[in-house]
Amino acid sequence: MRIPCPFCGSRDSREFVSRGDAAPVRPAGDDAEAMFDYVYLRDNPAGLFEELWYHAQGCRNWLRVERNTRDHTIVGARLARPERAA
Amino acid sequence: MRYSIVQLAAQALQRHRGWQPAWRDAAPRDGYDVVIVGGGGHGLATAWYLAKVHGITNVAVIERGWIGGGNAGRNTTIIRSNYGLPGNEPFYEWSMKLWEGLEQDLNYNAMVSQRGVLNLYHSDPQRDAYARRGNAMRMHGVDAELLNADAVRKMAPFLDFDNARFPIQGGLLQARGGTARHDAVNWGYARAASALGVDIIQNCEVTGFVRDTSGTVTGVETSRGTILAGKVGLAVAGMTSHVAAMAGLRLPIESHVLQAFVSEGLKPLIPGVITFGAGHFYVSQSDKGGLVFGGDIDGYNSYAQRGNLPVVEDVCEGGMALMPMIGRVRLLRSWGGIMDMSFDGSPIIDHTPVAGLYLNAGWCYGGFKATPASGWCFAHLLATDSPHETATAYRLDRFRTGHVIDEKGVGAQANLH
Repeated sequence: MRIPCPFCGSRDSREFVSRGDAAPVRPAGDDAEAMFDYVYLRDNPAGLFEELWYHAQGCRNWLRVERNTRDHTIVGARLARPERAA
Repeated sequence: MRYSIVQLAAQALQRHRGWQPAWRDAAPRDGYDVVIVGGGGHGLATAWYLAKVHGITNVAVIERGWIGGGNAGRNTTIIRSNYGLPGNEPFYEWSMKLWEGLEQDLNYNAMVSQRGVLNLYHSDPQRDAYARRGNAMRMHGVDAELLNADAVRKMAPFLDFDNARFPIQGGLLQARGGTARHDAVNWGYARAASALGVDIIQNCEVTGFVRDTSGTVTGVETSRGTILAGKVGLAVAGMTSHVAAMAGLRLPIESHVLQAFVSEGLKPLIPGVITFGAGHFYVSQSDKGGLVFGGDIDGYNSYAQRGNLPVVEDVCEGGMALMPMIGRVRLLRSWGGIMDMSFDGSPIIDHTPVAGLYLNAGWCYGGFKATPASGWCFAHLLATDSPHETATAYRLDRFRTGHVIDEKGVGAQANLH
């Protein structure tokens, strides 16, 4: 797989570390049920999937990569926190 | 038709024209007492034990593809019960005991071969960890032996003992572990279950669940029509999230691809199953002569049944670090299977919050060795509505309550287990 890093261009996936599903967001409070959902429950879709990859051996940005889990086609990638691009 | 030496001789005299298909390729009927979704090893084993142990023979196993086309035919055929945690070890040992009697039970040659599983250690802390695991196994009545380097050298002189980075100091041996012919396990369960009246229905994909007004699951919608059921059991590891979503469930599971490899055929070389303790690499030799080996999952969600080259390279590097003699062996085939990676690395055999729907899932990449006990315990759950005594820890709600079974101790990240 090659990941189109917005900062570095198209790079081998070996330069990246996969963090997994980008959908879960850490809940603010201490609601145990919300935390359980955040830590453990996943949609795990077969098809288009947005996930976090860290460009460890490159620009060291966190990316949101959209990828098809059925055939590993990568549709696109953007910075996880665009405001830090500068 | 019972298989025996007498049968073989009789068939030989008829020029082998009298053999019958091993199981009936059934068409779906309107309804069953139990419908098991997934015709892999676990589903077929469940059907067999439902019929044999609990006398429930009005059972259908429905399979989207064909019997043995999924992970049952994609694993690396290793059987063992060398676990450390109390939630795991009795279950896997029960599986090991079932393996030991499986062929007589099924009247089918599954080529169960207890050739030993050897986990190598390369440092003092790792030796201590293995000693602890071996002791835990022995406290559960399971065989385990801690070997020093000399003893390992007698078993496998070809290993790179004096590797500068990862010298081999010894290993933890489970002599009763070994391998089994994975296809034969499937076929054996299918044949035995079919003979007791279980319908095995291939090319039958579940497209939804039939629910009554209270929400209870009372059947499945399939590509071959509606099939009603008293109870529905899911044994669709790899696709669990996908199928469970049809019943409105979200589960602590991610699907990941695990690759496996086989080399060209070689003369007898590797005595049992050997695992590298400093990287993730394990190898055994099939009876046909090929080296069967594998390592880590690719690490990202996948339903593709094929992996990518970085893991191929990583696995082969592990092999070269362990046994440099394989450097000129040619790789014959590689393939991928889709794993249910649970968030603690352990499986789930439990009720679901949906009445009438039962779950067998989350096998990570350790499902093959568990096939007999998984079938036994899932059948017990389906028949009695209570968990089998060796599977009481495999609850679906353990993630919510904090009773996770994290054998590897890496926490709640599916791709690390």
